[in-house]
Amino acid sequence: MIRFLAGRLLGLVAVLFVTSLVVFGSVHLAPGDPVSFLLHGRPATPEAVEALRSRYHLDAPLPVQYAEWLGSALRGDFGVSAQYHQDVSSLISSRLPGTLLLIGYAALLVTLLGVAAGIGAALRPGLLDRTVLIGTGVATATPAFVGAIVLVAVFSVRLGWFPGPGGTPSGLPERLYHLTLPAFALALSFAGLLARVTRSAMLDELGRDHVEVARARGIAGRTVVRRHVLRNALGPVVTVGGTMFAGLLISTSIVETAFNVSGLGSLLVQSVTAKDFAVVQAITLLSVAAFAVVNVVVDLLAPLIDPRLSLRGEGTS
Amino acid sequence: MTSPITAAHASLAPPRRPGLRGLRLLGQGPLFTVSVAVLAVLVLVAVFAPVIAPYDPEALDLSAGLAGTSGDHLLGTDQSGRDILSRLIHGARTGLLGPLLVIGVSTAVGTVLGAAAAWRGGWTDTFLSRSMDLVFAFPGLLLAILLVAVAGSGMAAPVTAMAVAYTPYVGRLVRGIARQEMARPYIESYRVQGWSGWTICVRHLLPNIAPTVFAQSAMNFGYALMDLAALSFLGFGVQPPAADWGAMINDGQAAVLQGAMLPALAPSACIVLAVVAFGIVGEGLADRIARRER
Repeated sequence: MIRFLAGRLLGLVAVLFVTSLVVFGSVHLAPGDPVSFLLHGRPATPEAVEALRSRYHLDAPLPVQYAEWLGSALRGDFGVSAQYHQDVSSLISSRLPGTLLLIGYAALLVTLLGVAAGIGAALRPGLLDRTVLIGTGVATATPAFVGAIVLVAVFSVRLGWFPGPGGTPSGLPERLYHLTLPAFALALSFAGLLARVTRSAMLDELGRDHVEVARARGIAGRTVVRRHVLRNALGPVVTVGGTMFAGLLISTSIVETAFNVSGLGSLLVQSVTAKDFAVVQAITLLSVAAFAVVNVVVDLLAPLIDPRLSLRGEGTS
Repeated sequence: MTSPITAAHASLAPPRRPGLRGLRLLGQGPLFTVSVAVLAVLVLVAVFAPVIAPYDPEALDLSAGLAGTSGDHLLGTDQSGRDILSRLIHGARTGLLGPLLVIGVSTAVGTVLGAAAAWRGGWTDTFLSRSMDLVFAFPGLLLAILLVAVAGSGMAAPVTAMAVAYTPYVGRLVRGIARQEMARPYIESYRVQGWSGWTICVRHLLPNIAPTVFAQSAMNFGYALMDLAALSFLGFGVQPPAADWGAMINDGQAAVLQGAMLPALAPSACIVLAVVAFGIVGEGLADRIARRER
């Protein structure tokens, strides 16, 4: 168990190290002089050039530059946004709540829709099962931006139930109302996948001997499903569900852009367009770090939720 | 790192993104044939786009903006008066070419890395597998965005980033099936006969794992198409006014709010249709291989 834990944490550190190297090195990969790249068409006053030189320690050797850059990043200092003339870290923290709210909303939808559809399909073969299969097949093949357009076309333009892209809602209820279509667009393909995983995990368990025995003992069908099938099927569902949170984080840039939601993802896309490289670096670094951390946490939680995983591990080692 | 617990966990490990796994159940009957036909038509349309397209995809006609469906324009026009059908037909070219490059490069590199890891074992395997894990941890979309920020918009940065991001998928798959294949007696018997490792690998091992890799590539093709379309949608991939499905959806967003659905929904339908077709074909092929081996 300790070896497993240590291995995972070591892997995480390696990922974070390599990510920081890639993000740092990308400035130097750019064609031409780093200063002109970082300025990108903005007036190259001697002060601006000097500020960038000292900020990125461009006169020092590369390893020193990297160490200085990483040191400030670890202290939460990512420099100043060229577009907003604001601290990158305060810019990010002002945009973070919007993104977290959207991800949380989408995660809730993914869990509810995905698990419900998966259970329904497993327990009711026939029409419902086929409907869920076809529905999830289309859902998983629908990229988030396509889902966004279709949702806006139907529920905002045609039916007028939800507001279209843009707008500045105030107060939590109104924000959630505005985030409903973005959350569905984000959740769609993930819910499709979770429904598939839930369905096959349930079917696996339903076919097992212990379920047959429980049924033969005269335990009510509902109780069998809840206590003997669902509980055992939960392992893979949680593993997949957990890794999907990380996927949601990556897809937000697309959905936020499509719906004009003010969040980290839309900030990233705008910053790439505006050549605001300090912001791009910071958001990329933080996103990959969050992605990696979530994946490791899910790995570590899996044996807690499904003890058979760790038992199997100890039994054979 | 390769403790049994990780191995047990790996068997449950999900694909990192929404998968098309369950399409298998749909992909055995006539749907497989239909999907193959859809893909064949798509390829033909892409190849013969200039011949088939009724109009120049970039010809502006501002007086005929957002015209509905009619005999002249079967799918209407977009806000600049360009014929949507012609743009869809030309969009099939970049729509297929980008993923083709991504899948071609990642399959070639991934196969070499995966086979080398499986064949050499030991330190080579550890090093290659760990390196692939590291690339795996960097989401493709983020890598593409970072690369676009450095190198500028266009097809080059997204295609490069996606090729890098897809390589470990192929590498892991090839390593896994190559190891299974190597445990079979025929490999050992070739060795006993004195064939060199290289010859056995190229002449016997690779041909035997190629069908599985091909089936997976068909599925990955759909994913790559989605990813590249997403990047074009964000304005980082194919640049307007060139016709591309993702860029067309971005263009058509404003029209949707005005109630004109086709400029955005027609390319959306094309993307979903292509991805579903690739998914069904990939699953169907994988199924056929599995059944043949049984």
